[in-house]
Amino acid sequence: MTDETTIGRLVELLRALPPAPQGWVEAAQELPLAQRELDEIVARAEADAEFRAALVADLETALARAGFEVRPRLAAAVRRRLSA
Amino acid sequence: MPDAELVRRCRDGDANAWAELVDRFSRYVYAIVVQGFRLQGHDAEDVFQDVFAKAYENLSSLRDDGAVRPWLAQLTRNACVDRIRAAPREDPSADVEPPGVDDTLALLDEALSVREALDALSDDCREMLDRFFTRDESYRTIGAALGIPSGTIASRISRCLEYLRQEFLGRNPGVTASGEVQ
Repeated sequence: MTDETTIGRLVELLRALPPAPQGWVEAAQELPLAQRELDEIVARAEADAEFRAALVADLETALARAGFEVRPRLAAAVRRRLSA
Repeated sequence: MPDAELVRRCRDGDANAWAELVDRFSRYVYAIVVQGFRLQGHDAEDVFQDVFAKAYENLSSLRDDGAVRPWLAQLTRNACVDRIRAAPREDPSADVEPPGVDDTLALLDEALSVREALDALSDDCREMLDRFFTRDESYRTIGAALGIPSGTIASRISRCLEYLRQEFLGRNPGVTASGEVQ
């Protein structure tokens, strides 16, 4: 195989991995922060029956009232943890 | 930093290491989702996020820290299959994996090895090849971004490709960039 053919293959392989959308990458990179937030919410729900009841009744509103930034993934994760 | 060291730091709670791990493998996961399994839009984004969420939660179950790449590939493959199975399909008995997915994943695996070789090049070369071949930027845009005359970019790309070829073959002795064993 010639060097030119090898270079052609390398170019094909470089083109095979375009960047993922920046917003997706940043969201994935923020997982440790989101995990800490989730742990905090669950710990509070375990310690505070009233807060837990509010979460069960209307999760998004209860989170917003408690000062958390409500995001779909966070809300879904809280639901999973509360029902576990 | 080798993959194994990066995984160890992630497991120790180093948020910067996690950001680096996501950065290192985001293209790979994205390509498996979009090219291998042809998911688009919200489906693709959800799977992408689910893969990294599962990886983050389950890093402690990884037996060989150096094997994070095939582990992520398998997590991604499973997440894609689950997504396709969960969606309404015209023919539920049809195979959930698109035809040729194994070939596509093999190509993406090789492509990631090329990116690892790319990361070993100088910042200038890495930036130039990435901007031209994967971000599809013009000579003029690249020249403006890197502060170099656009008329010199073609020759620089050619030179950097040769450096990349040497680096790739140096890391994979006996294998051509086509995947053939010599």
